[in-house]
Amino acid sequence: MRLLSALFTVLLLLQGCANAPLRGTGDLGVVIERASGSVQVVDTTRRSSLGKIAGLGDLSHASLNYSRDGRYAYVFGRDGGLTKVDLLAMRIVGRVMQSGNSIGGAISQDGRLVAVANYAPGGIKVFDAVTLELVADVPALDEAGRPSKVVGLVDAPGNRFVWSLFEAGEIWVGDFHTPRKPELRKYRNVGKDPYDAMITADGRFYLAGLFGEDGLAMLDLWNLDAGVARVLDGYGRGEQKLPVYKMPHLEGWAATGNELLVPAVGRHEVLVVDQGTWKEAGRIPVHGQPVFVVARPDNRQVWVNFSFPHNDTVQVIDVPSRKVVHTFKPGRAVLHIEFTPRGEHAWLSARDDHKVLIYDSERFDLLGELPADSPSGIFFTHRAHRTGL
Amino acid sequence: MRFFAALLLIQFSGLALAAAPTEARQKEISHLVRQDCGSCHGMTMAGGLGLPLLPETLRDKPKESLVATILYGRPGTAMPSWEPFLTEVEAEWIVEMLLKGQF
Repeated sequence: MRLLSALFTVLLLLQGCANAPLRGTGDLGVVIERASGSVQVVDTTRRSSLGKIAGLGDLSHASLNYSRDGRYAYVFGRDGGLTKVDLLAMRIVGRVMQSGNSIGGAISQDGRLVAVANYAPGGIKVFDAVTLELVADVPALDEAGRPSKVVGLVDAPGNRFVWSLFEAGEIWVGDFHTPRKPELRKYRNVGKDPYDAMITADGRFYLAGLFGEDGLAMLDLWNLDAGVARVLDGYGRGEQKLPVYKMPHLEGWAATGNELLVPAVGRHEVLVVDQGTWKEAGRIPVHGQPVFVVARPDNRQVWVNFSFPHNDTVQVIDVPSRKVVHTFKPGRAVLHIEFTPRGEHAWLSARDDHKVLIYDSERFDLLGELPADSPSGIFFTHRAHRTGL
Repeated sequence: MRFFAALLLIQFSGLALAAAPTEARQKEISHLVRQDCGSCHGMTMAGGLGLPLLPETLRDKPKESLVATILYGRPGTAMPSWEPFLTEVEAEWIVEMLLKGQF
Protein backbone atom coordinates (compact mmCIF):
# COMPACT_ATOMS: atom_id res chain seq x y z
CA MET A 1 0.00 0.00 0.00
CA ARG A 2 2.82 2.33 0.93
CA LEU A 3 4.52 1.47 -2.34
CA LEU A 4 1.35 2.24 -4.24
CA SER A 5 0.94 5.63 -2.61
CA ALA A 6 4.61 6.44 -3.30
CA LEU A 7 4.12 5.47 -6.94
CA PHE A 8 1.04 7.65 -7.09
CA THR A 9 3.00 10.61 -5.70
CA VAL A 10 5.73 10.15 -8.29
CA LEU A 11 3.10 10.00 -10.99
CA LEU A 12 1.51 13.21 -9.75
CA LEU A 13 4.89 14.94 -9.65
CA LEU A 14 5.71 13.83 -13.18
CA GLN A 15 2.37 15.10 -14.36
CA GLY A 16 3.06 18.40 -12.62
CA CYS A 17 6.32 18.70 -14.55
CA ALA A 18 4.66 17.84 -17.81
CA ASN A 19 2.07 20.55 -17.27
CA ALA A 20 4.61 23.31 -16.59
CA PRO A 21 5.70 24.45 -20.04
CA LEU A 22 9.42 24.71 -20.62
CA ARG A 23 10.63 28.25 -20.92
CA GLY A 24 13.80 30.34 -20.95
CA THR A 25 14.51 33.23 -18.59
CA GLY A 26 15.94 35.73 -21.09
CA ASP A 27 12.79 37.84 -21.07
CA LEU A 28 12.21 37.70 -17.33
CA GLY A 29 13.00 40.18 -14.62
CA VAL A 30 12.47 40.99 -10.97
CA VAL A 31 10.75 44.02 -9.44
CA ILE A 32 11.58 44.84 -5.82
CA GLU A 33 8.62 45.74 -3.59
CA ARG A 34 10.53 47.72 -1.02
CA ALA A 35 7.97 48.16 1.73
CA SER A 36 6.68 44.59 1.91
CA GLY A 37 9.89 42.56 1.54
CA SER A 38 8.61 40.87 -1.58
CA VAL A 39 9.57 40.68 -5.25
CA GLN A 40 7.59 40.13 -8.41
CA VAL A 41 8.83 38.06 -11.32
CA VAL A 42 7.90 39.80 -14.56
CA ASP A 43 7.83 38.81 -18.21
CA THR A 44 8.97 41.53 -20.61
CA THR A 45 7.54 39.84 -23.70
CA ARG A 46 3.99 39.60 -22.38
CA ARG A 47 4.45 42.66 -20.20
CA SER A 48 2.95 40.80 -17.30
CA SER A 49 3.69 39.67 -13.78
CA LEU A 50 4.20 35.96 -13.23
CA GLY A 51 3.74 36.22 -9.50
CA LYS A 52 5.01 37.41 -6.17
CA ILE A 53 7.57 35.92 -3.78
CA ALA A 54 7.51 37.14 -0.17
CA GLY A 55 9.76 36.70 2.84
CA LEU A 56 12.90 38.54 1.71
CA GLY A 57 13.18 40.75 4.80
CA ASP A 58 13.87 44.51 4.68
CA LEU A 59 14.14 45.51 1.01
CA SER A 60 13.97 49.27 1.64
CA HIS A 61 17.28 49.49 -0.20
CA ALA A 62 17.75 46.44 -2.36
CA SER A 63 19.56 45.31 -5.44
CA LEU A 64 20.34 41.99 -7.05
CA ASN A 65 22.57 40.05 -9.39
CA TYR A 66 21.72 37.12 -11.61
CA SER A 67 23.33 33.71 -11.89
CA ARG A 68 24.97 33.24 -15.27
CA ASP A 69 22.17 30.91 -16.39
CA GLY A 70 19.67 33.69 -15.70
CA ARG A 71 17.58 31.43 -13.48
CA TYR A 72 18.47 32.65 -10.00
CA ALA A 73 18.45 36.14 -8.54
CA TYR A 74 20.67 36.95 -5.55
CA VAL A 75 18.79 39.69 -3.73
CA PHE A 76 20.67 41.92 -1.29
CA GLY A 77 18.43 43.46 1.38
CA ARG A 78 19.02 46.41 3.67
CA ASP A 79 18.99 44.19 6.76
CA GLY A 80 21.96 42.11 5.62
CA GLY A 81 19.82 39.35 4.15
CA LEU A 82 21.07 37.56 1.05
CA THR A 83 18.25 35.65 -0.64
CA LYS A 84 18.55 33.33 -3.61
CA VAL A 85 15.34 33.28 -5.66
CA ASP A 86 14.48 30.75 -8.37
CA LEU A 87 12.65 32.67 -11.12
CA LEU A 88 11.24 29.55 -12.75
CA ALA A 89 10.05 27.72 -9.65
CA MET A 90 9.03 31.12 -8.19
CA ARG A 91 10.38 30.44 -4.76
CA ILE A 92 13.22 31.17 -2.35
CA VAL A 93 15.88 28.45 -2.53
CA GLY A 94 18.40 29.90 -0.08
CA ARG A 95 18.69 32.70 2.42
CA VAL A 96 21.37 33.86 4.87
CA MET A 97 21.44 36.81 7.24
CA GLN A 98 25.04 37.74 6.60
CA SER A 99 25.40 41.15 8.30
CA GLY A 100 23.39 43.80 10.10
CA ASN A 101 23.17 46.32 7.28
CA SER A 102 24.15 45.91 3.64
CA ILE A 103 24.02 47.96 0.48
CA GLY A 104 24.51 45.69 -2.54
CA GLY A 105 26.55 42.97 -4.12
CA ALA A 106 28.21 41.47 -7.15
CA ILE A 107 28.68 38.09 -8.82
CA SER A 108 32.09 36.92 -9.96
CA GLN A 109 33.17 36.55 -13.58
CA ASP A 110 33.03 32.74 -13.31
CA GLY A 111 29.61 32.89 -11.64
CA ARG A 112 30.74 30.86 -8.65
CA LEU A 113 30.96 33.59 -6.03
CA VAL A 114 28.48 36.13 -4.76
CA ALA A 115 29.95 39.04 -2.81
CA VAL A 116 27.99 41.38 -0.54
CA ALA A 117 28.96 44.93 0.46
CA ASN A 118 28.21 45.66 4.09
CA TYR A 119 27.80 48.82 6.14
CA ALA A 120 27.63 47.14 9.54
CA PRO A 121 29.98 45.53 10.24
CA GLY A 122 31.76 47.14 7.29
CA GLY A 123 33.39 44.85 4.79
CA ILE A 124 32.58 42.32 2.13
CA LYS A 125 31.49 38.74 2.55
CA VAL A 126 31.82 36.25 -0.26
CA PHE A 127 29.54 33.24 -0.67
CA ASP A 128 29.40 30.12 -2.78
CA ALA A 129 26.81 30.91 -5.46
CA VAL A 130 25.31 27.42 -5.31
CA THR A 131 25.13 26.76 -1.58
CA LEU A 132 25.43 30.28 -0.09
CA GLU A 133 28.19 28.92 2.14
CA LEU A 134 30.54 31.66 3.39
CA VAL A 135 33.94 31.38 1.68
CA ALA A 136 35.63 34.68 2.56
CA ASP A 137 35.12 37.54 5.00
CA VAL A 138 37.12 40.71 4.30
CA PRO A 139 36.57 43.45 6.92
CA ALA A 140 37.04 47.02 5.71
CA LEU A 141 39.60 48.39 8.14
CA ASP A 142 41.88 51.30 7.40
CA GLU A 143 45.55 51.45 8.41
CA ALA A 144 44.61 52.46 11.94
CA GLY A 145 42.14 49.58 12.21
CA ARG A 146 39.03 51.76 12.00
CA PRO A 147 36.00 50.27 10.22
CA SER A 148 34.41 51.71 7.09
CA LYS A 149 31.17 51.15 5.25
CA VAL A 150 31.69 49.44 1.92
CA VAL A 151 30.15 50.97 -1.20
CA GLY A 152 30.48 50.51 -4.96
CA LEU A 153 31.19 46.76 -4.98
CA VAL A 154 31.51 45.41 -8.55
CA ASP A 155 32.92 42.38 -10.32
CA ALA A 156 35.85 42.75 -12.70
CA PRO A 157 37.61 40.50 -15.22
CA GLY A 158 40.19 38.18 -13.70
CA ASN A 159 37.66 36.91 -11.16
CA ARG A 160 38.17 40.04 -9.15
CA PHE A 161 35.92 42.20 -7.04
CA VAL A 162 36.55 45.93 -6.56
CA TRP A 163 35.02 48.05 -3.78
CA SER A 164 35.39 51.36 -1.95
CA LEU A 165 35.59 52.34 1.71
CA PHE A 166 33.35 55.32 2.51
CA GLU A 167 34.93 56.69 5.70
CA ALA A 168 38.51 55.72 4.89
CA GLY A 169 38.45 56.97 1.30
CA GLU A 170 40.06 53.83 -0.14
CA ILE A 171 39.61 51.52 -3.12
CA TRP A 172 40.37 47.82 -2.72
CA VAL A 173 40.86 45.22 -5.44
CA GLY A 174 40.48 41.55 -4.47
CA ASP A 175 41.63 38.74 -6.73
CA PHE A 176 39.44 35.70 -5.97
CA HIS A 177 41.10 33.05 -8.09
CA THR A 178 41.60 31.24 -4.79
CA PRO A 179 38.31 32.21 -3.14
CA ARG A 180 39.28 31.39 0.43
CA LYS A 181 42.55 33.30 0.14
CA PRO A 182 41.86 36.43 -1.86
CA GLU A 183 44.81 38.60 -2.83
CA LEU A 184 44.08 42.19 -1.85
CA ARG A 185 45.49 45.39 -3.23
CA LYS A 186 44.58 48.58 -1.38
CA TYR A 187 44.65 52.15 -2.63
CA ARG A 188 44.64 54.69 0.20
CA ASN A 189 43.60 58.35 0.12
CA VAL A 190 41.65 58.20 -3.11
CA GLY A 191 39.40 61.12 -2.09
CA LYS A 192 36.85 62.15 0.51
CA ASP A 193 33.71 60.03 1.02
CA PRO A 194 33.41 57.75 -2.00
CA TYR A 195 29.64 57.10 -1.94
CA ASP A 196 29.19 54.73 -4.88
CA ALA A 197 31.13 53.45 -7.85
CA MET A 198 30.75 51.82 -11.24
CA ILE A 199 32.85 49.89 -13.68
CA THR A 200 32.77 50.54 -17.42
CA ALA A 201 31.03 47.83 -19.46
CA ASP A 202 34.37 46.46 -20.71
CA GLY A 203 35.47 45.98 -17.11
CA ARG A 204 38.50 48.23 -17.45
CA PHE A 205 37.85 51.46 -15.54
CA TYR A 206 36.53 51.60 -11.99
CA LEU A 207 35.17 55.02 -11.06
CA ALA A 208 34.15 56.07 -7.57
CA GLY A 209 32.03 59.18 -7.08
CA LEU A 210 33.16 61.41 -4.21
CA PHE A 211 30.65 63.10 -1.99
CA GLY A 212 33.15 65.08 0.06
CA GLU A 213 34.73 66.79 -2.92
CA ASP A 214 34.04 67.43 -6.57
CA GLY A 215 35.57 64.80 -8.78
CA LEU A 216 35.85 61.06 -9.30
CA ALA A 217 38.53 58.58 -8.29
CA MET A 218 39.50 56.35 -11.22
CA LEU A 219 41.40 53.09 -11.28
CA ASP A 220 42.54 51.56 -14.58
CA LEU A 221 42.35 47.81 -13.98
CA TRP A 222 44.66 47.18 -16.94
CA ASN A 223 47.36 49.08 -15.14
CA LEU A 224 47.06 48.64 -11.40
CA ASP A 225 50.56 50.02 -10.81
CA ALA A 226 49.51 53.41 -12.14
CA GLY A 227 47.40 53.89 -9.01
CA VAL A 228 44.20 55.87 -8.60
CA ALA A 229 43.86 59.04 -10.66
CA ARG A 230 41.53 61.94 -10.01
CA VAL A 231 39.24 62.82 -12.88
CA LEU A 232 36.86 65.75 -13.27
CA ASP A 233 38.83 67.29 -10.45
CA GLY A 234 36.97 70.23 -8.98
CA TYR A 235 34.35 70.34 -11.73
CA GLY A 236 32.16 72.59 -9.67
CA ARG A 237 34.77 74.66 -7.92
CA GLY A 238 33.47 77.92 -6.58
CA GLU A 239 29.87 77.02 -7.30
CA GLN A 240 27.31 76.64 -4.57
CA LYS A 241 26.24 73.04 -4.22
CA LEU A 242 22.55 72.40 -3.55
CA PRO A 243 21.50 70.27 -0.61
CA VAL A 244 21.46 66.61 -1.70
CA TYR A 245 18.25 64.80 -0.74
CA LYS A 246 19.25 61.51 -2.33
CA MET A 247 22.65 60.17 -3.31
CA PRO A 248 23.02 59.50 -7.03
CA HIS A 249 23.41 55.86 -8.03
CA LEU A 250 26.42 55.28 -10.18
CA GLU A 251 25.64 51.82 -11.44
CA GLY A 252 23.47 53.37 -14.07
CA TRP A 253 26.09 55.71 -15.45
CA ALA A 254 25.73 55.82 -19.14
CA ALA A 255 28.84 54.98 -21.10
CA THR A 256 28.02 55.90 -24.66
CA GLY A 257 31.25 54.83 -26.35
CA ASN A 258 33.42 57.94 -26.29
CA GLU A 259 31.60 59.70 -23.53
CA LEU A 260 30.40 58.97 -20.06
CA LEU A 261 27.26 60.70 -18.79
CA VAL A 262 27.43 61.17 -15.06
CA PRO A 263 24.98 62.59 -12.52
CA ALA A 264 26.40 65.76 -10.94
CA VAL A 265 26.21 65.73 -7.14
CA GLY A 266 24.20 68.66 -5.77
CA ARG A 267 23.54 70.18 -9.19
CA HIS A 268 20.73 70.11 -11.71
CA GLU A 269 23.11 68.80 -14.32
CA VAL A 270 24.31 65.71 -16.11
CA LEU A 271 28.04 65.90 -16.76
CA VAL A 272 29.60 64.71 -19.98
CA VAL A 273 33.07 63.20 -19.57
CA ASP A 274 35.36 62.54 -22.52
CA GLN A 275 36.57 58.97 -22.07
CA GLY A 276 39.76 59.63 -24.02
CA THR A 277 41.04 62.50 -21.90
CA TRP A 278 38.83 62.01 -18.81
CA LYS A 279 38.08 65.73 -18.93
CA GLU A 280 34.70 67.42 -18.72
CA ALA A 281 33.28 67.68 -22.22
CA GLY A 282 30.06 69.44 -21.34
CA ARG A 283 27.15 69.82 -18.99
CA ILE A 284 23.51 69.21 -19.74
CA PRO A 285 21.04 71.22 -17.63
CA VAL A 286 18.23 69.02 -16.36
CA HIS A 287 15.06 69.26 -14.25
CA GLY A 288 16.54 68.35 -10.86
CA GLN A 289 19.40 66.49 -9.21
CA PRO A 290 19.85 63.30 -11.22
CA VAL A 291 19.77 59.93 -9.46
CA PHE A 292 19.95 57.37 -12.27
CA VAL A 293 21.41 58.29 -15.67
CA VAL A 294 20.64 55.25 -17.81
CA ALA A 295 21.62 54.76 -21.45
CA ARG A 296 19.25 52.99 -23.78
CA PRO A 297 21.14 49.93 -25.06
CA ASP A 298 21.81 51.62 -28.44
CA ASN A 299 23.36 54.57 -26.53
CA ARG A 300 21.44 57.10 -28.56
CA GLN A 301 19.30 58.16 -25.62
CA VAL A 302 19.85 58.58 -21.94
CA TRP A 303 16.94 58.57 -19.48
CA VAL A 304 17.28 60.43 -16.19
CA ASN A 305 15.24 60.37 -12.99
CA PHE A 306 15.61 62.79 -10.11
CA SER A 307 15.97 63.15 -6.40
CA PHE A 308 13.27 64.42 -4.04
CA PRO A 309 11.45 66.82 -4.54
CA HIS A 310 11.67 66.39 -8.32
CA ASN A 311 11.13 62.64 -8.34
CA ASP A 312 7.85 62.75 -10.28
CA THR A 313 9.69 63.62 -13.48
CA VAL A 314 11.79 61.75 -16.05
CA GLN A 315 13.78 63.36 -18.83
CA VAL A 316 15.20 61.87 -22.02
CA ILE A 317 18.47 63.24 -23.36
CA ASP A 318 19.35 62.85 -27.03
CA VAL A 319 23.02 61.93 -26.85
CA PRO A 320 24.28 63.29 -30.23
CA SER A 321 22.80 66.77 -29.60
CA ARG A 322 23.11 66.60 -25.79
CA LYS A 323 19.62 68.07 -25.55
CA VAL A 324 16.65 67.08 -23.43
CA VAL A 325 14.12 65.94 -26.03
CA HIS A 326 11.35 64.71 -23.77
CA THR A 327 10.14 65.57 -20.27
CA PHE A 328 7.26 63.75 -18.64
CA LYS A 329 5.72 62.95 -15.28
CA PRO A 330 5.10 59.21 -15.12
CA GLY A 331 4.00 59.13 -11.49
CA ARG A 332 4.88 59.90 -7.91
CA ALA A 333 8.39 58.97 -6.75
CA VAL A 334 9.95 57.41 -9.84
CA LEU A 335 12.81 55.40 -8.35
CA HIS A 336 14.28 53.34 -11.17
CA ILE A 337 14.50 52.90 -14.93
CA GLU A 338 15.32 49.62 -16.68
CA PHE A 339 15.42 49.00 -20.42
CA THR A 340 14.45 45.74 -22.06
CA PRO A 341 17.54 43.94 -23.38
CA ARG A 342 17.46 45.61 -26.79
CA GLY A 343 15.95 48.83 -25.56
CA GLU A 344 12.54 49.05 -27.22
CA HIS A 345 10.80 49.56 -23.88
CA ALA A 346 11.69 51.31 -20.66
CA TRP A 347 10.17 50.07 -17.40
CA LEU A 348 9.80 52.66 -14.63
CA SER A 349 8.83 52.18 -11.01
CA ALA A 350 6.52 54.78 -9.45
CA ARG A 351 6.80 54.03 -5.75
CA ASP A 352 4.00 56.18 -4.39
CA ASP A 353 1.56 55.26 -7.16
CA HIS A 354 2.30 51.56 -6.55
CA LYS A 355 2.81 50.93 -10.25
CA VAL A 356 5.39 49.78 -12.73
CA LEU A 357 4.98 51.70 -15.99
CA ILE A 358 6.07 50.46 -19.39
CA TYR A 359 6.98 53.01 -22.05
CA ASP A 360 7.86 52.78 -25.72
CA SER A 361 11.36 54.25 -25.83
CA GLU A 362 10.97 55.77 -29.30
CA ARG A 363 7.53 57.37 -29.20
CA PHE A 364 7.34 57.67 -25.40
CA ASP A 365 3.82 56.18 -25.37
CA LEU A 366 2.67 54.43 -22.22
CA LEU A 367 2.17 50.81 -23.24
CA GLY A 368 1.02 49.30 -20.00
CA GLU A 369 1.28 49.24 -16.26
CA LEU A 370 1.50 46.60 -13.57
CA PRO A 371 0.39 47.02 -9.96
CA ALA A 372 3.23 46.65 -7.44
CA ASP A 373 3.58 47.44 -3.75
CA SER A 374 6.00 50.43 -3.40
CA PRO A 375 8.16 49.27 -6.29
CA SER A 376 11.81 50.33 -6.39
CA GLY A 377 14.49 48.48 -8.38
CA ILE A 378 13.65 46.74 -11.66
CA PHE A 379 16.23 44.22 -12.86
CA PHE A 380 16.05 42.22 -16.10
CA THR A 381 17.97 38.99 -16.61
CA HIS A 382 20.26 40.27 -19.39
CA ARG A 383 22.28 41.74 -16.52
CA ALA A 384 23.50 38.16 -15.98
CA HIS A 385 25.93 38.62 -18.85
CA ARG A 386 27.21 42.12 -18.16
CA THR A 387 30.28 42.96 -16.13
CA GLY A 388 29.42 45.27 -13.25
CA LEU A 389 25.70 44.47 -13.19
CA MET B 1 11.57 90.89 33.72
CA ARG B 2 12.25 87.27 34.47
CA PHE B 3 8.54 86.81 35.01
CA PHE B 4 7.85 88.40 31.65
CA ALA B 5 10.33 86.08 29.95
CA ALA B 6 8.71 83.11 31.64
CA LEU B 7 5.31 84.28 30.45
CA LEU B 8 6.64 84.65 26.93
CA LEU B 9 8.07 81.15 27.12
CA ILE B 10 4.75 79.74 28.23
CA GLN B 11 3.04 81.59 25.47
CA PHE B 12 5.53 80.25 22.90
CA SER B 13 5.27 76.68 24.03
CA GLY B 14 1.52 77.18 23.99
CA LEU B 15 1.81 78.36 20.42
CA ALA B 16 3.97 75.41 19.51
CA LEU B 17 1.39 73.06 20.93
CA ALA B 18 -1.42 74.84 19.15
CA ALA B 19 0.48 74.60 15.86
CA ALA B 20 1.32 70.87 16.12
CA PRO B 21 0.92 69.30 12.68
CA THR B 22 -2.61 68.30 11.72
CA GLU B 23 -3.36 64.63 11.29
CA ALA B 24 -3.20 64.89 7.50
CA ARG B 25 0.11 66.70 7.69
CA GLN B 26 1.45 64.11 10.16
CA LYS B 27 0.72 61.46 7.56
CA GLU B 28 2.63 63.41 4.92
CA ILE B 29 5.56 63.96 7.24
CA SER B 30 5.67 60.29 8.26
CA HIS B 31 5.82 59.37 4.59
CA LEU B 32 8.63 61.88 4.04
CA VAL B 33 10.59 60.54 7.02
CA ARG B 34 10.23 56.88 6.05
CA GLN B 35 10.84 57.34 2.35
CA ASP B 36 13.11 60.34 1.95
CA CYS B 37 15.03 60.47 5.24
CA GLY B 38 14.98 56.71 4.78
CA SER B 39 17.05 56.87 1.59
CA CYS B 40 20.09 57.50 3.79
CA HIS B 41 18.95 56.47 7.27
CA GLY B 42 17.03 53.35 6.23
CA MET B 43 13.28 53.00 5.93
CA THR B 44 13.20 51.46 9.40
CA MET B 45 15.62 54.15 10.69
CA ALA B 46 18.22 51.45 11.38
CA GLY B 47 20.84 53.41 9.43
CA GLY B 48 22.43 53.31 5.99
CA LEU B 49 25.00 55.72 4.64
CA GLY B 50 23.49 58.00 7.30
CA LEU B 51 23.49 57.18 11.01
CA PRO B 52 20.75 55.11 12.64
CA LEU B 53 17.90 57.24 14.02
CA LEU B 54 16.63 54.78 16.59
CA PRO B 55 15.50 55.90 20.08
CA GLU B 56 18.60 54.37 21.71
CA THR B 57 20.96 56.23 19.37
CA LEU B 58 19.21 59.59 19.82
CA ARG B 59 18.24 59.52 23.49
CA ASP B 60 21.43 61.15 24.79
CA LYS B 61 21.46 63.98 22.27
CA PRO B 62 19.88 67.35 23.11
CA LYS B 63 16.51 67.72 21.41
CA GLU B 64 17.25 71.24 20.17
CA SER B 65 20.33 70.06 18.34
CA LEU B 66 18.36 67.26 16.70
CA VAL B 67 15.75 69.79 15.56
CA ALA B 68 18.51 72.08 14.28
CA THR B 69 20.13 69.19 12.40
CA ILE B 70 16.86 68.47 10.60
CA LEU B 71 16.21 72.10 9.74
CA TYR B 72 19.69 73.27 8.85
CA GLY B 73 21.62 70.10 8.03
CA ARG B 74 25.15 69.32 9.15
CA PRO B 75 27.80 71.15 7.15
CA GLY B 76 30.68 68.92 6.08
CA THR B 77 28.42 65.85 6.00
CA ALA B 78 25.79 64.57 3.59
CA MET B 79 22.94 65.75 5.86
CA PRO B 80 21.05 68.49 3.98
CA SER B 81 18.79 71.22 5.30
CA TRP B 82 15.12 70.24 5.31
CA GLU B 83 13.97 73.76 6.08
CA PRO B 84 12.42 74.22 2.62
CA PHE B 85 9.97 71.40 3.40
CA LEU B 86 9.44 71.50 7.17
CA THR B 87 8.59 74.08 9.81
CA GLU B 88 10.29 74.16 13.19
CA VAL B 89 7.19 72.70 14.84
CA GLU B 90 7.19 69.87 12.33
CA ALA B 91 10.87 69.15 12.94
CA GLU B 92 10.16 69.06 16.70
CA TRP B 93 7.34 66.62 16.08
CA ILE B 94 9.68 64.41 14.01
CA VAL B 95 12.24 64.37 16.83
CA GLU B 96 9.57 63.38 19.34
CA MET B 97 8.34 60.57 17.12
CA LEU B 98 11.90 59.37 16.44
CA LEU B 99 12.58 59.26 20.17
CA LYS B 100 9.46 57.14 20.60
CA GLY B 101 10.47 54.92 17.71
CA GLN B 102 7.24 55.68 15.90
CA PHE B 103 8.21 55.80 12.24
